[in-house]
Amino acid sequence: MLRIPRALHDKIVAHARADHPDEACGVLAGPAGSDRPERFIAMTNAARSPTFYEFDSAEQFRVWREMEERDEEPVVIYHSHTATEAYPSRTDIALASEPGAHYVLVSTRDAGATEFRSFRIAGGTVTEEPVTVVE
Amino acid sequence: MAIEVRIPTILRSYTGGAKQVTGTGSTLGELIADLDSRHGGLAERLVDGGGLRRFVNVYLNDEDVRFLDGLDTPVKDGDTVTVLPAVAGGARRPAIAG
Repeated sequence: MLRIPRALHDKIVAHARADHPDEACGVLAGPAGSDRPERFIAMTNAARSPTFYEFDSAEQFRVWREMEERDEEPVVIYHSHTATEAYPSRTDIALASEPGAHYVLVSTRDAGATEFRSFRIAGGTVTEEPVTVVE
Repeated sequence: MAIEVRIPTILRSYTGGAKQVTGTGSTLGELIADLDSRHGGLAERLVDGGGLRRFVNVYLNDEDVRFLDGLDTPVKDGDTVTVLPAVAGGARRPAIAG
């Protein structure tokens, strides 16, 4: 299960809406081993594409180093799909590289309602998990 | 002295769980070959067809080696090499699978 504070949930949705129709992406960092997302980090989508996202490599290096210095890890890795459902694509599964992270998918295909779902992706297997938004 | 190499979680199965290993070489390619001699299988996860894999980022100190000389980038004792898997995906199938 993913437990996520309301403020962080809303920041992810706002980022996905702001970058629509391109895919938005980012990280929620939290203390290593805590499974607790605490810090919102919007990342640049270097692909600037409605159908693909990729962290900018220099920005990723800085953010990963900062997390290490703070004894944090990427608890959540999020991105948006802008014309399809909030479910990991074959590409998402093939490229997933953080087996310990919650992969959050947001869909902005419907202007009136945002889908927000969370998955574990490890070894080519996708497992959806419930999301609890903590007020 | 040697070159320090930082290994991401997903590749630590090749290093017996170690976050950091050391190696030698005068270029990044030689360093990776040296690491592979002790951590068999690691090179294949980093290199494909004579170049770095599309969705693996390798940094010399704090510079992405794609903006240096890739596998021909000179390395020396005291350098730190960091490997990070690219974070990527999306609705479209990529042209080159990782």
